[in-house]
Amino acid sequence: MRYEVGGRSAPRTLTAAAVGGLLFLHLPLALILLYAFSTEDSSYQFPPPGLTLRWFGVAWGRQDIWDALGLSLRVAACSTSIAMLLGSLAAAAMAKTRFFGRESISLLIILPIALPGILTGISLRSAFNLAEIPFSTATIVLGHATFCVVMVYNNVVARFRRMPSSWIEASMDLGADGFQTLRYVILPNIASALLVGGMLAFALSFDEVIVTTFTAGQQSTLPIWMLTELVRPHQRPITNVVAVFVIAVTFAPLVFAQLLTRRAEGAGEGGVR
Amino acid sequence: MAGALQWPLRQRPGRRISTALLLRPKLLLALLILPPLLWLGVVYLGAMLALLIQSFFSIDAFTGMIQRTFTLSTYAELLRPAHLDIILRTAAMAAAVTLASAVIAFPIAYYMARYATGRTKTIFYLAVMLPLWSSYLVRVYAWKLILAKEGIVTWLAGALGVGSWLDALLSVPVIGGAALSVSYVGTFTVFVYIWLPFMILPIQAALERIPQSLIEASADLGAPPHRTFRNVILPLAFPGVVAGSIFTFSLTLGDYIIPQIVGSSRLFLGQVVYLQQGTAGNIPLAAAFCVVPIVVMSIYLSIAKRFGAFDAL
Repeated sequence: MRYEVGGRSAPRTLTAAAVGGLLFLHLPLALILLYAFSTEDSSYQFPPPGLTLRWFGVAWGRQDIWDALGLSLRVAACSTSIAMLLGSLAAAAMAKTRFFGRESISLLIILPIALPGILTGISLRSAFNLAEIPFSTATIVLGHATFCVVMVYNNVVARFRRMPSSWIEASMDLGADGFQTLRYVILPNIASALLVGGMLAFALSFDEVIVTTFTAGQQSTLPIWMLTELVRPHQRPITNVVAVFVIAVTFAPLVFAQLLTRRAEGAGEGGVR
Repeated sequence: MAGALQWPLRQRPGRRISTALLLRPKLLLALLILPPLLWLGVVYLGAMLALLIQSFFSIDAFTGMIQRTFTLSTYAELLRPAHLDIILRTAAMAAAVTLASAVIAFPIAYYMARYATGRTKTIFYLAVMLPLWSSYLVRVYAWKLILAKEGIVTWLAGALGVGSWLDALLSVPVIGGAALSVSYVGTFTVFVYIWLPFMILPIQAALERIPQSLIEASADLGAPPHRTFRNVILPLAFPGVVAGSIFTFSLTLGDYIIPQIVGSSRLFLGQVVYLQQGTAGNIPLAAAFCVVPIVVMSIYLSIAKRFGAFDAL
């Protein structure tokens, strides 16, 4: 610990500003948790007049929410699978090679999350219109997979760079062919990076709203359902419950991905966008 | 491993293919990169190019049909006062959000980089990372609850006896409004909240890289801590601030959800793009508006590069 020399402690104003900043980042989410139990159903009144568990039951019985959740999970599963395949192929190709156009390809992979989502969304929408492709689950997946590739790519390419090429050579020297080396040496070594990348891609797709508004047509994913409620609130208590559910669903894999990355590599590479 | 190698060497299926591939590394490379390249090239770049081309088309004022002949008239429309207003308003908001994020982020990053150790450091790191990955919509929604007229801010201001301050803030022309949730102050707060982690992380990375010896040298040469901070730490951390500002600026330019949920009826660039392509059906104008953030960001990036921001990423 470089900076621990002399065991100095931080000035009080600095500590206060830092802790204050973190509270600013986290208190709003705690507030949603409180609101999910509020008995008030037509305004955002604070403090809540009373607390109840009723809304969880009401939300559980809502078919439109189940449909939206089902669509979100299907879309996230499909786009994550595509992203895992394309992302690891790209990572395998780019990890230890130098070739003409390599920089442009790595830029192309990052571009879908580097440029504002609205650009991706409107481009895809107008392209679907031009090509007369009707909006469906497939068009949503097409958009999502495009920006999920980079999540898998980032994680897997870092793992490939860390894997000594001597392992592959050793496998070949021992008589394994390319496919056996892939199955018994390469895949086991990139497995956890692939898993972390996949989970991040899943979380990204599950939560995505900007591109989805352009590619979804009449269907509602869970974020689209929420967006509709946010713009014109009709059923505040149900929205609160759904919000709490989304927090729970997204936090769990993230913490898990963090722990997995830390355990596998000692330092977090997976979490960085 | 043993089970895999029980095939007699020459009979193993696929061996011939794999040998053929391994002997031609360029072919193998091409086969690996082709599927992702095709996907991104066709789906993403193809769609982007199609959009850019449409920005050079125009819409017939009478029939509402898109005319597919090359023209710059759509770009000229961007310069109409109403449109120019929207572009300037969005850029001003992005600049304000960037400035505020830097001010709030710096102490957090500084504490993380120079004082937090061991467990505290892990907790800080996770606390900054988690919001990045948790639901964007839910985080915006939280602020709809907070900023509502009947919400916690009004209640808190009343409880602390400073309700009149809040009213004074809301009565300021332009940035105020009927309630925080329908004012620019509200939009601004939510933008800062949502993009803050993007600012913290690069600053923290830049601060981490400052060698302790530089700071000791400055102290040895007689500089009091505040001078060391101003003349040594701040200049070295600045590329990190610029790197963070790339995110906060670009993300604010392109966002259309936040001003739609928390904000006044005066539109931002993203909302105009959304409306033009949707209800108005004016894809050429929407496409031309899309080019604005691309151009602004290209200029911004070339300036940022001079400040060494890319080394701080």
